[in-house]
This record gives sequence, C-alpha cells and structure tokens, in this order.
Amino acid sequence: MFELLPSGVASMALPLGRSVRAIVEQTDLVAARQTQALSFAFHIVLVCFGVAFPALVLVMEGLWLRTGDPVYRVIARRWSRVMLVLFAVGVVSGTILSFEFGLLWPRFTARFGEVFGFAFALEGFAFFLEAIFIAIYVYGWDRLRPRTHFLAGLPVVGAGLAGSLFVLSVNGWMNNPTGFDLVDGKVANVRPLEALFNVQLWHTFVHMTLAAYMVVGFVTAGVYALAWLRSRRDRIHRVALVVPLTIACLVAPVQIVVGDWAGRQVASSQPVKLAAFEGLQRTQTGAPLNLLGWYRDGRIVGGIEIPHLLSLLATHDPNGRVPGLDTAAPEDRPPVNVVRISFQLMVGLGTGLAALSGIYLWVWWRRRRLPRSVWFWRAVVVSGPAAIMALWAGWTTTEVGRQPWIVYRVMRTSEAVTAAEGVPIGLIVLLVTYLALGAVTLWVMRRMSRTPLQIPPDAPPPAAASAESG
Amino acid sequence: MSLVDAVLALVIAGLTAYVVLAGADFGAGFWELMSGPGPKGAQMRAAIHRSVGPVWEANHVWLIFVLVLLWTAFPVAFGAIMSTLAIPMFLAAMGIILRGSAFAFQPHVGTGRLAGLMSAVFGISSVLTPFVMGAAIGGIASGRVPVGNAAGDPWRSWLNPTSLFVGALAVALCAYLAAVYLAADTARGGDRDLVEAFRRRALAAGAVAGVLAVGGLAVVRSDAEHLWVGLTGAALPMVILSGVAGAATLALVWRRRFGIARIGAAVAVSAIVIGWAVAQRPDLLPGELTIADAAAGRPTLVALLIGTGTGAAVLIPSLVWLFRLALRGELVKSEPGEMP
Repeated sequence: MFELLPSGVASMALPLGRSVRAIVEQTDLVAARQTQALSFAFHIVLVCFGVAFPALVLVMEGLWLRTGDPVYRVIARRWSRVMLVLFAVGVVSGTILSFEFGLLWPRFTARFGEVFGFAFALEGFAFFLEAIFIAIYVYGWDRLRPRTHFLAGLPVVGAGLAGSLFVLSVNGWMNNPTGFDLVDGKVANVRPLEALFNVQLWHTFVHMTLAAYMVVGFVTAGVYALAWLRSRRDRIHRVALVVPLTIACLVAPVQIVVGDWAGRQVASSQPVKLAAFEGLQRTQTGAPLNLLGWYRDGRIVGGIEIPHLLSLLATHDPNGRVPGLDTAAPEDRPPVNVVRISFQLMVGLGTGLAALSGIYLWVWWRRRRLPRSVWFWRAVVVSGPAAIMALWAGWTTTEVGRQPWIVYRVMRTSEAVTAAEGVPIGLIVLLVTYLALGAVTLWVMRRMSRTPLQIPPDAPPPAAASAESG
Repeated sequence: MSLVDAVLALVIAGLTAYVVLAGADFGAGFWELMSGPGPKGAQMRAAIHRSVGPVWEANHVWLIFVLVLLWTAFPVAFGAIMSTLAIPMFLAAMGIILRGSAFAFQPHVGTGRLAGLMSAVFGISSVLTPFVMGAAIGGIASGRVPVGNAAGDPWRSWLNPTSLFVGALAVALCAYLAAVYLAADTARGGDRDLVEAFRRRALAAGAVAGVLAVGGLAVVRSDAEHLWVGLTGAALPMVILSGVAGAATLALVWRRRFGIARIGAAVAVSAIVIGWAVAQRPDLLPGELTIADAAAGRPTLVALLIGTGTGAAVLIPSLVWLFRLALRGELVKSEPGEMP
C-alpha cells in the first residue's frame, strides 16, 4: 500500500521526531488516493458499458430491422434492460467522482477548475443527452415506431463517445497541462480550447474507446460462452455469443497498434513515466526491455532481458535513446514497481486477448465455423474478467505513473489534498458501500439472466409492428 | 448583465431545475417510505415507479451540471464549500448512490426481503440526501463557509439553526412537489383512490412546507441577519411570489386542477431558490467572497457561455421530447414483467 505513496511524501515521513500532524496528513493523503482509486475502478467498468454496450444493442436491433428475425429483437430488448440498470449505477458512481473533485482535491479544483472545467461542462451535456435518450430508448420499445426507436438509440452511442472524449480531455490535461500561464504562481491567461484539445487526448481517447468495446464484448460473450459450455446452443444463444465476440475479436488486435502509439506518445511527453513503465534507471541508447522481474535499487532483478527492444518500441529505432528515471530528481519519480507491474499486466493480458481473437478469426476465415475446442470457450469465459483486469491495470499505469503530480510538473498530489479530517473513515464507508453495490449488481444481473431468452409466440415482424403503431 | 452575472444565472437556473425536477424524485422516495404495507401501499409504490422511472436519471444530471459550472466558473468557492462542508457533501454523495442504485434494482429483485430492503434504502436515502444538501446550503447562506481548504468548522458549518431549517424545508418541499406531480400523473391513469391519496398528501405537505417556510424566517432573522436583510429587501418580490404561488397551488390541488397545480408548485419552489440567490447578492460566500472576486477569468466564462448555449440547442429539444413522452404516458411497460 505504501508503494502507492508519492516518494517525496514517503521520504518526508522518515526523519525521527516527525509530528503527529504529519502522520495524520500522510494517512489522509494515502486514504484520499485510495478513495479516488476505488471510486474510479468501480466506475470505469460501468463507463465501458455506457460507451460500448448501446452500440451492441443497436447492432442487434439493426439486424432485426434488416432481417425481421425476432431472435435479434429478443436479444436487443433483454440487453437494453441490462444496459439501463448498469447505466443507473454508472450515473450515481460517476456522481461520486464529481463530488470527489471537491471532497478529496479541493485545492486542485480551486486552482485549476477554470482551466480544465470547460471540458466537464461539455461532458455534462453529453451525459444529459445519454440519460434522456437511454430513457426514451429503453422505455419506448412498445410505443415508438421501430425506426424511430432505433434512431432514438443513436444519440446514446454518440453521447457516450462524446462524454468519454471530454472526460479524457481532462485526464490528458493533467498529464500534459496546457492552455494557461502561471504568473507569480497564479493561473492566468486561460485558453480553454487549448486545454481541451491537449496532445494527450487523442491516443487516450482511442485507446479507451477500444478498451470499452473489448470489455463489453468479452464480458458479454463470456456470459453466453458459459451457457455454450453448458450445451445451450440454440440459435438465440449462438447469436448472443457470436455478435459480441466478433466485435471484441476485431478490436483486440487493433488495440495493440493503438497501444504502441500511446506508448510512444508517453515516451515523448512524459519520459519519466515511460522509464517507470520499464524500470529503466539510466538514460541510454539501445535500451533493453525486461520482462517480469522486480525493480530494486535502480535495476530489474529476476527479469528476462531482451536487448534493444525498448529502444525499438519507444523510438522505432533499435539504437534510439530512451531517457531513464535518472532524468528526474528522486522525489519527482513515480513508485516504479506499481507502475511497471501494472503496465506488464496490461500488455500481457492485452496480448493474450489478441491471441484469442487471432484463433477465433483464423478458424472463421479458414473453416467458416466456430472453434470447437472446449478450451477455447473456457478462455472466452475468462476473457471478460481478463479485459476488466487489463483496463484496471492500464489506468493504474497511467495514473500512478503520473505521480507524485496531480497536474504534471505543476502541482503535487500532496498539495492538492483536502485538509478536512476523516478521509480514512470515508474510504471505509465507501469500500463497504461499493462491495455491497457490486454484489447486488452481480446478483441482479444473474437473476435477469435466469429468465430464459426465448421468442414470444406473437412476436411481430418489424413491418407489422410499424403498421400497428403507425 | 455582466458576464459573471450571466454565468451565475446559469448556475442558479441549473440549481432551480434540479430542485424542481430531481427534488420531486426525492420526494417520491419520501412517499415510498411512508407508503405502508398492504395493497394500497403497493399500488402507491407502483405509481411512484411509473412516474419517476423514465425521468430520474435525466433530472439527476442537473446536479452534475451545477457542480461542473460551479467549479469551472467559481473554483475558489467550490474548493471552500466542498472542503468545509465535506461531511454533508459526503453524506449527499452516499445518499445519491444508494438511492439511484436501489431504485434501479427494485424492478429486478422480485418481492422478497431484498425488495423490502431496496425500498427502504430508496426511501431513507431520498430523505437524507435533500436534508444534507439543504443543510449545506444553510451553511453557505448563513456565512459559515470561509475561503480556504477546510477552513470552516466541519460540524457547526452544517449543524446550526439555519442549516437545520433549510434541510427540513428541503425535505418538505421535495415531498410537496412529488405529491402534486404524482397526483397529476395518476389523475391521467384514472385511479380515483390513488389520485385522492396523493391529493391529501399534496395538501398536507404544502401546508407543512408553508408553515416551515414562515417559521424558518424567524430562525434566519436571529441566526443569519444578512440573509434576513436580503430576503426582506432585494429578494422580497421572490418571497412574496413564492407565497402566492404556494397558496394558489394549494387551492388548485383542493379543486383537483392538478395540471396547473404542477406548474404552480414548481413556481413556488423556484422562487425560493432564486430568492436565496438574490438575497445573498453580491456575495457568493457571505462575508467572505463576492461573486465578482470568486469568478474565473474572462476566457473561461466566455467559453462556458458559448458551450452552454450550443449544448442547450441540442439539449432543450431532447428534454422536451422526453417530457412530452413521459407526461403523455408513452414511456410505460406494456408487457408485464418484461420491461424495467
């Protein structure tokens, strides 16, 4: 746990004779960071469902509109109910995050709110539209004409993407703070558009959007793969399995290319963060890459060293120069092991998911059928949790990798934290709440899935339905 | 109207919309808590879910809108408010997450003990949340939030006469709005008993809110003099408007004119929110920070106004469509057990 501390604060606490107040402050900082991490980890999974699940539902409804096959409509309706519950939990867990801007980091918001806040104002509108159209879509199945209903779903997809873009703009800004000047330590000459469209935004946005599609695709496919393994292989289950799995498997390999782009962006704009990804102590040319292992005393112990690979990946030149941790003062470096292990976990899981996708796409391309191996379907079941783990690991990499800064090289996390007491109590209350909430959410999902997916005997074809309501 | 005033007007407009729309959703939770066992209570809860289900998420977003505007346009005030009032704000956040998720889960948990628990969580958090938010507003209005990082008293800033009054008033106003809206919604469905039940509740809650509001003025007079001066000075027209609209609404509810009563109730409550803002002018944190001093720089305010204007052009037609569908009863289930 103390690994998560910014090293500057950790070393501050070492000298003997430290005051009780310093210990309390340090505990509060740790608690504030863990509270933020917990709230974020809970919310980000639901964000994926807010961004990518509506598209999946619309694909199903679109197939129904095109073919008139009631199987697609049954699945789309079922999924839209799941979507509404997850959206509701996402709405409220997202609200917690906006409260935390003030509850945990009041000095960050007080000082820089006028710089990064504009993006959130735009995000507010996106969120508004998503809430409005998701209600119309889910509650309007029977009363709207099929075409109108389908069109009412499109803003949900668009608003989900736009909302994610604006939030990631703020995250990008924290990593690459632009669009303002500091005059005598005070924020001046704010340029909101420059802050909004910072250089970190685009690769983060694409990386996160693809991640959302992977999480939703693999989790949904995993649920039906479980049914598949239990020999529920009728057409309806087959469709509900194949569509999300195909989407996820098309996205996963692309994510590797995007990940490379993101890594090179980090290499150029936050070299110390990249050095922490790899545990690279010394600035060097032809830098090697270490797989696994543990960072201790400025080197990797017990890793597998591959010569020149890091230079090749970071600069696309085997002899390229890669800045090491030594380019920053010790108190300005992130905790290397947390960042590095998260990074390797993300890359490892991402590679595994891409390999799984490769098998699926290969079998489909060569044999025009689904893989038959039980082990493949078992892997699909695991792919959902694996995608979520990769998501968490990726966010840990970038967030802890930015430490000890909340605004990169401008404001330390320790300077931003609240002076209010009782942060650890808040953390415990929130932890208990989220555990209960997570458990009930899963229970509700399970209960919903027990109602068998079947076509109602009087299911209307789209043409008849539109004549009926029109 | 200056640039700062325009942005502040947006904040107050957002807050008013939140109170008038989401306030009624909280009030619905209050009535769920009070609905009692038996078939009558179950009918009432079903009516509440039909009414609130399609709109509560959109209504909730007004709060996000207010928070975001506040921290972008008045960042120093936001930091001061959230750090000094950390306890009520944390409680409000917990109330919001518990209420929203309990409500969303309710249709999917059957009728067993978990359903009872969800209903209780929904009800209790629907009372807690407006109370602590009101208490926090009372702390701001009575000048107990100084500028700085948690510079105020963590307890007395929201546990003081004005805060307790505003908190209680918030709960009463939510219950009142909800009862009026629910009477109007059920009147459309034609269930006479249900309509009468909500009508009685609207009259009772309206009377309680009215008495509280008048009695509370005495509290404000002794506890927050500057606020009293504002309410009886610049904000007096708003105070009178609220009283007149409130009384007219009660008369309309009495005569079963629920459609217009809905508007009257919203006007009465809006006038209170706007009246508070007017009474406090030119201070954002009374005695500590003026609106002008709290405001962000000009480029940020201009960007906010342009962004909000553009957003509103898309948002307003969408909201109109949602409420037209909801008020016409188009967003309801037609296949039992199939829809949320």
